[in-house]
Amino acid sequence: MNSVILRVGTRYLAGLLLVFSFYMMLRGHNEPGGGFIGGLTGATGFVLYAIACGTQDARAALRVMPQTIAIWGLGIALAAGLFAALFGDALFTGQWLFIGATEDDKGLPLSSVLVFDIGVYLVVFGSILTLVFAMEEEI
Amino acid sequence: MAGGFPKTVRGNGLTGILPVGLAALLFAWFASMLPTIAATEVIRLTIPWIPSLGIELAFLVDGLSLTFSLLISGIGTLVLLYSNTYLAGHPQYARFALFLTAFMVSMLGLVLADDLILLFVFWELTTLTSYMLIGFSHEAKKSRRNALQALFVTGAGGLAFLAGLILLAAATGTTSISGIIAQGSALKEHAMYLPILILLLAGTFTKSAQVPFHFWLPNAMAAPTPVSAFLHSATMVKAGVYVMARMHPAMSGTDVWLWTLTIFGAVTAVFASLLALRQTDLKQALAYTTLMALGTLTLFLGQESGYAMTAFATFLIVHSLYKASLFLVVGCIDLSTGTRETDQLGGLGRIMPITAVAAALAALSMAGFPPFLGFIGKELKYAGALAVASEPVLVAGAALLSNALMLAVAGVVAFRPFWRGTVPSGQSPQEAPWQMWAGPIILASLGAVFGIYPDLLQVALVAPTVISLTGEVGEVKELQLWAGFNIPLILSIATFVLGLLFYARHVQLRGMLERAFTAIPNLDTGWDRFLDRLKGFAKWQTQLVQNGKLTSYLFGTFLTIAAGILLTLVYTGMPMIAVDLSDVEWKHTSIALLTIAGALLALVTNSRIAGIAALGVVGIGIAMIFIVFSAPDVAITQLLVETLVVVLVAVVMLRLPSLPKAEFRLNHALLSVAVGASVSLILIAVVSSPLDLRLTEYFEATSWPEAYGRNIVNVILVDFRALDTFGEIAVVVIAALSAYALLRTTRKGDQK
Repeated sequence: MNSVILRVGTRYLAGLLLVFSFYMMLRGHNEPGGGFIGGLTGATGFVLYAIACGTQDARAALRVMPQTIAIWGLGIALAAGLFAALFGDALFTGQWLFIGATEDDKGLPLSSVLVFDIGVYLVVFGSILTLVFAMEEEI
Repeated sequence: MAGGFPKTVRGNGLTGILPVGLAALLFAWFASMLPTIAATEVIRLTIPWIPSLGIELAFLVDGLSLTFSLLISGIGTLVLLYSNTYLAGHPQYARFALFLTAFMVSMLGLVLADDLILLFVFWELTTLTSYMLIGFSHEAKKSRRNALQALFVTGAGGLAFLAGLILLAAATGTTSISGIIAQGSALKEHAMYLPILILLLAGTFTKSAQVPFHFWLPNAMAAPTPVSAFLHSATMVKAGVYVMARMHPAMSGTDVWLWTLTIFGAVTAVFASLLALRQTDLKQALAYTTLMALGTLTLFLGQESGYAMTAFATFLIVHSLYKASLFLVVGCIDLSTGTRETDQLGGLGRIMPITAVAAALAALSMAGFPPFLGFIGKELKYAGALAVASEPVLVAGAALLSNALMLAVAGVVAFRPFWRGTVPSGQSPQEAPWQMWAGPIILASLGAVFGIYPDLLQVALVAPTVISLTGEVGEVKELQLWAGFNIPLILSIATFVLGLLFYARHVQLRGMLERAFTAIPNLDTGWDRFLDRLKGFAKWQTQLVQNGKLTSYLFGTFLTIAAGILLTLVYTGMPMIAVDLSDVEWKHTSIALLTIAGALLALVTNSRIAGIAALGVVGIGIAMIFIVFSAPDVAITQLLVETLVVVLVAVVMLRLPSLPKAEFRLNHALLSVAVGASVSLILIAVVSSPLDLRLTEYFEATSWPEAYGRNIVNVILVDFRALDTFGEIAVVVIAALSAYALLRTTRKGDQK
């Protein structure tokens, strides 16, 4: 689609969507959001980019093949699940670490659950882009 | 066809030696258990496997399983040694050795398993590994066909067998075989006894090639000769016999058991020995004699007397020894001369003396001459047959006829090629290397040793086996070379006379049999037609269901949904539908109207972009419903997915020409109404019954304290149900990759 306005707009919009998608993913544990929604939002950014500037540019901007991202995501999610086995728990049991926790404040929570969610994000993001790019190039 | 042994008899290096060593170690290990078993004790090894289902990796070594284990590992060692030379320098020898060793281990697992599920796992493993072995010469079409035939026949039997095992476990409440046997005769009075028996016998009869399922076994001779020697003499085909023997204490003694096994066994034995005499190919002849042996073993398992059981145990060992050695001898003849046809063989005795001796020893045992073990086996057979309470004449008659025919076949296979005629011109036979005659000589000599010293075998193997079968020490009968002048001896003499007569006239007999048997229908002739029809049917139904029209797929899917829901509603009775519209607000109504408007627009428009947008409106309407009923996560997901779907569909569809003018299709309209109505009805039914809130309450209570998250939906996704989510994202990746591959394939196709 050859539209200068769309192209210029997309430059900013795509970046914003990506940042926003990351935000959505991180807040997901306590507020509406999560890896699935984050992945969809992030993918929307690149889909928009592909429509405005063509898949060639979108692929270049992504640098990595979307399939690779999806498979890495699956691997990360699996690793997060297997991680629990190191502590003798059942697979996919969440492991938590509270940095700087005190009596009243639980500090900065880090968990294998977040890693798992990042995996979900990457799978959704990569899979949708795999499909959209392939279809765009096909037509 | 050029004959000759491999130029280098050095074998295949480590891949050749290693399996032989492994098998020999196993044999030594089992042999070390002999004293324990001879003292009529048993050895058990149990490891928990699936404790929640009560399934264990339970192994049991008793007389019966040890006899089989020694035969399998012992013959396995010799066959692997033989193969290393027989297939020396074969480019795929490593594969062959792997298959053969894997088969041997599966077979050992099968006979040692003391758990029904474990038994079945090994049972199927032997089916699969034997498929690979029969089809080892995969360049030959015949070999592939026959391997597939064996797989189908035994595999189909295996399915019935599995069903039988499951019924058996359900009826007895345990999967432990010892446990089932310990229940005594309870099983025989159980209501499910007959179905269990039929299903189990369907498995064992196909595996042990009883008539009319026998046809796959001679065809399986497409395998390399060592495979035939191992699988089709001593081991795989005896798996079915083994299972019948194993279940004998729990299931025998009923009329159905007695008559089924007696009739199938007797028919197989006589039919197979007639067919054996008809063959001119040595290996084929041996294949049919194997059928005869399997029939005889089945026949004995039908009975309960101690004579029959002792005869079973003895004949099992006798047959394995002589049959494996004869198969190996035929392999030597084949490599040496390049043919296995009786008409083209002769005078080999002077050139291949050691092989000839092995053949003679084995054949004398097979024919049942004293002082070989075969003679004792035959005497016991007659004693066992005469001890049959119901029909001694029938059983003894069948045994007499088949034994006489065996004698004739033994002459044709092991006497004629060596000691009659001269070497035909064009052949330059030579003696086999030691690796190839060692096996036949050892196995055949054992037949003589055990014949002269039957006590060795009696104490070590036969008595413990009979005890496993009957549970009583008193039932064991003596193995004797000279048992006095009695009816079995008279029958033996009759066998020799009749057998020698058959041998003297075997060429004429063969002609007669040839004419007689062409008239009898055989499942093998119909096999290819059956497979073709099956493929034709598969093609027909694939074209019917997968016709490539998207509308017909959707029609089928939605029809199933509507029918499924409506039938369920009718079957379970319509619940009272009380729709209370009092708390419907204006925002609900307007969202509903928006959604309906979107759907109607999609129905009437013939512009693609308008259609896509209209469907988007429907999706967004649904997302708004989620927002109104405070499910923000679902709403956001729905909105995003809806957006992406519109984008995707737009990308594809905008390049297509505009839609044809929308026409009215009655069946589509009816289906739409039916789907809408059924989904609405079921929703109303769901809403009008009180909701079970236990899960909701559980997650509300535990989400924060246990998973440190306030967003319950997300906590469920990534923590409580993380494994489910993992499965789902795996599906997402697979779907994306498959779609990508499909899109790429079509593009390449277009470029060509």
